[in-house]
Amino acid sequence: MIKGHQSWLFKSKPVLISSSAVGGPFEAKGPLADDFDVLHQDIWVGQDSFEKAEKKLLEDACETAIRKAKLKKEDIHFLLSGDLMNQIISSSFTARTLGVPYLGIFGACSSAMEGLALASLLVDSQNAEYTLAAASSHNLSAEKQYRYPTEYGAQKPPTAQWTVTGAGAAVVSKAGDGPYITSATIGRVVDMGLSDPFNMGAAMAPAAVATIEAHFKDLAVEPDYYDLIATGDLGKVGHRIATDLLTEHGLKIPSDKFTDCGLLIYGDNKQVFAGGSGCGCSATVTYGHLVNRMKKGEINRMLIIATGALLSPMSYQQKESIPCIAHAVSFEM
Amino acid sequence: MSSKKKKKLTPTQQKYQAFAKTREPKRPVVTNAIKAFLVGGIICTFGQGLQWFFIRYFNFTEVTAGNPTVAILIIISVLLTGFGVYDHIAQWAGAGTAVPVTGFANTVASASIEHRSEGYVLGVGGNMFKLAGPVIAFGVFSGFAVALTKIIIEKLGGI
Repeated sequence: MIKGHQSWLFKSKPVLISSSAVGGPFEAKGPLADDFDVLHQDIWVGQDSFEKAEKKLLEDACETAIRKAKLKKEDIHFLLSGDLMNQIISSSFTARTLGVPYLGIFGACSSAMEGLALASLLVDSQNAEYTLAAASSHNLSAEKQYRYPTEYGAQKPPTAQWTVTGAGAAVVSKAGDGPYITSATIGRVVDMGLSDPFNMGAAMAPAAVATIEAHFKDLAVEPDYYDLIATGDLGKVGHRIATDLLTEHGLKIPSDKFTDCGLLIYGDNKQVFAGGSGCGCSATVTYGHLVNRMKKGEINRMLIIATGALLSPMSYQQKESIPCIAHAVSFEM
Repeated sequence: MSSKKKKKLTPTQQKYQAFAKTREPKRPVVTNAIKAFLVGGIICTFGQGLQWFFIRYFNFTEVTAGNPTVAILIIISVLLTGFGVYDHIAQWAGAGTAVPVTGFANTVASASIEHRSEGYVLGVGGNMFKLAGPVIAFGVFSGFAVALTKIIIEKLGGI
């Protein structure tokens, strides 16, 4: 049901009955390693290309989520998946393996929450019993496509971010055990004219702020309604800007309640510059770490705002600025 | 060509960019320059050492010793790229490893390794000069332009 201008209120309260997080070797060294279902020690995941490795991560995530829900893949009515590769090949090739009716989505790094919002909408509107929402990214396939060859010696600035090697998936159902998906806010594209692909945090922060403000306005709730508000992959730079921007707009979120998946996944590791990014960032942190915290009772209500930078390597070379988007999904125990 | 190169920013965009600018960590330019000077200098000193070595022990002249010296530097750079070390050194050294011939070898080697998964012809062959191509194209062109200028000046009775 539409609520306000751009939010959906899920009256039937679809349930996130299971979720999975799959990561790579670098994620295994991070502070959230225990929250991953599968951790691969091989960056190639036994494949002969980075693209195939990413597809394998996504397949693992989908299969793990289905298994944890004690379902068979035939039970899943629709798969909604997105990733960063050209023509979203990771998602489409995973859908080929699963053989489940599939809707491919692209919201760059916001794909995880875009997929979950749509998956919940399908269940809430009784157009599906079980839906699977998934997203993936791979550090090296993203570097290869968006930036330079992985072994190329280019110095990155401190505002750069580290694409997460990982995939997350979630099964949504009309009933069952787990957090409810209560509402979602679909973001609009915000472009503040920034064009530096090594500073995505600053480019995406205004989109996150716009969606957060829209969410509170549409749902008519205050920030203290949530125990945790986490953005997808703003990193240190974007998180700081978003915090200050929200404060300037009169929306004060206490700093212990406002965080970012890109800050959580690698902790204080200097190697990742400003923090983690990629579809896999919000997907693995939300579906692994944060959902686990909800199940442990540490969080009752949380809002995840996955942020995406909708650029392509070609648009960047043509000196276009970076259009950004953010989608928010609300989880309640 | 892009017509949006000088795209006008709206006042809101300008205000935000100024707002964001104050909250971004700056590139440590001075530290980077010192590191680049040190590493670049070390590589060049090493190259100079090699040149002396070839002149002293292998009967090369100052002119001909350039070829084996560059070959050795390229081989080392390609090996370091292949073993996955070069990009880590480069993150620390910046322009220090990018400017000498080692940086050029790294661009060719890294692009070749990266696109091996697309096959030898379309992958390695087609992408090998992805990063090095502009250097070759503009290097050859500027060499040609400088040579032409020199000939014209000489013919006109200059130096």
